[in-house]
Amino acid sequence: MKETIYMDNAATTPVAESVVKKMSEFFRDKYGNPSSLYSPASTAKKEGLDWSREKIAELLGVDAGEIVFTSGATESDNLAIKGVALKLEEPGHFITSEIEHHAVLHSFEWLEDQGHEVTYLDVDENGLVKPDDLREALRDDTALVSIMYANNEIGTIEPIGELARITRENGTLFHTDAVQAFGKFPLELENVDMLSASGHKIYGPKGIGLLYCRSGVKLEPLIHGGGHESGLRSGTENVPGIVGLAKATELTFEEMGREQERQRQLRDRIIDEVSRIPDTVLNGPREGRLANNINFSFQGIEGESIVMKLDNKNIAASTGSACSSPSLEPSHVLLAIDLPMTMAHGSLRLTLGRQTSEADVDYLLDVLPGVIEDLRRASPLSN
Amino acid sequence: MYSEKVMEHFNEPHNQRKMEDPDGIGKVGNALCGDVMWLYVKIDENKSGEEIIKDVSWETFGCTAAIATSSMITDLAKGATIEEALEISNQKVAEELDGLPKVKMHCSNLASDGLVEAIYDYLDSSGGEIPEELEKRHKQIRQHMEKVEEEYGDYVEMEEQMHGAD
Repeated sequence: MKETIYMDNAATTPVAESVVKKMSEFFRDKYGNPSSLYSPASTAKKEGLDWSREKIAELLGVDAGEIVFTSGATESDNLAIKGVALKLEEPGHFITSEIEHHAVLHSFEWLEDQGHEVTYLDVDENGLVKPDDLREALRDDTALVSIMYANNEIGTIEPIGELARITRENGTLFHTDAVQAFGKFPLELENVDMLSASGHKIYGPKGIGLLYCRSGVKLEPLIHGGGHESGLRSGTENVPGIVGLAKATELTFEEMGREQERQRQLRDRIIDEVSRIPDTVLNGPREGRLANNINFSFQGIEGESIVMKLDNKNIAASTGSACSSPSLEPSHVLLAIDLPMTMAHGSLRLTLGRQTSEADVDYLLDVLPGVIEDLRRASPLSN
Repeated sequence: MYSEKVMEHFNEPHNQRKMEDPDGIGKVGNALCGDVMWLYVKIDENKSGEEIIKDVSWETFGCTAAIATSSMITDLAKGATIEEALEISNQKVAEELDGLPKVKMHCSNLASDGLVEAIYDYLDSSGGEIPEELEKRHKQIRQHMEKVEEEYGDYVEMEEQMHGAD
């Protein structure tokens, strides 16, 4: 049986060996509660919690006190968005984009239920937020702007530097969900007030994430208790997870330059080859997209069946088709870039990782055209 | 998520082809929802003079469940009398596949509707007598498809505008 060729690294990643090794120390020997006073606990605090916070802060070029560990990016997004809203004395105005992750979108929908006003910025056909739209949407009472750094489905990298600057000029806070960007390329944080990142997208463990929260930004905590994480996130720290996140951050930042170049070349090869299949469109921009992201729509066939055919050939991929979601609606991102509904049903996302080899790409390119042809032969909607 | 039986039919589907010169075609589903099934039938008579489904084939745009159910219904319908074929329910198709995920039961489980529509098309175009029960099901299927089209009307309009802009 052929080993699975994993091309769904935007969903999650395998935990790197060095990360597992580092984490296991904190399960076995350095298990103390960082809040306790005796020496095994202080090891967990110093070598675990403090080391991790300082390591990540150093790599991001921020202060250690500005890193808040959470259970993952969903929690970080919730904390940033609701944390700002709950500090307001009266209902405020918020701005986000139509193509955010559901952790952001649904948090804003909840704020609307609570009486706040939210503007959802449209994107262009490549999934880019237009800075002029943001300028127009900003108001005196805008409390927060939240725009993702890079899109998880179509790989679009947003002009965060510019969007954050425009927001800052208005005296408004700026948050970015950077889950797909963190560890992938250098981030422009100059005018960013808050940033969410996740461990399991960067070869770290699941269940751990962080919120970078610039000092001076006032948030209302969502989880109350013993006052951990500067009172922003109570609960005994997940020390092995935090160490895993820090180690994974170190690993991805170290490999960043060469790994992104390597993946970019593999990505471009796939895009060039797959573009030759007739009636196929690339979703998202050709340039200015994540180095590991490929997203195509194939006319006349449905995405879930493409994924299942690939699975039968031991390739793991994903789709924005309705049939892959419990809501039975195709991806909001694909609809936001004005992809016709039928094409939105026929999307295939491949996301590469540090383990993706040239041979994996050879195999994919060998198999994929046949899968598309097979499904099209069976479809009444294709010629 | 899917049973082994579903995967067998999905990976090696039976009777998947466009039929030249069919006696009836059933077109069900909607591309906007992600499932379209065209079911073709060829009718003949058996020794006792009853009309039977001599051949049946299909073309489907859709997910794993849509393709597997298309394949399965052809196994169930081939050789059956029209009366027997009309007895094959969507539920029966799902059971023969050892079940379908709950979420797929109503949207991708169209095969029986496709067969009903193909038989209706045959009887309608050949001037045959259409049983009351069949007329009723035909109306239900059409009504359901119209409802879906209405629901997705905004998208249809949007797509037409976009194609117009090309």
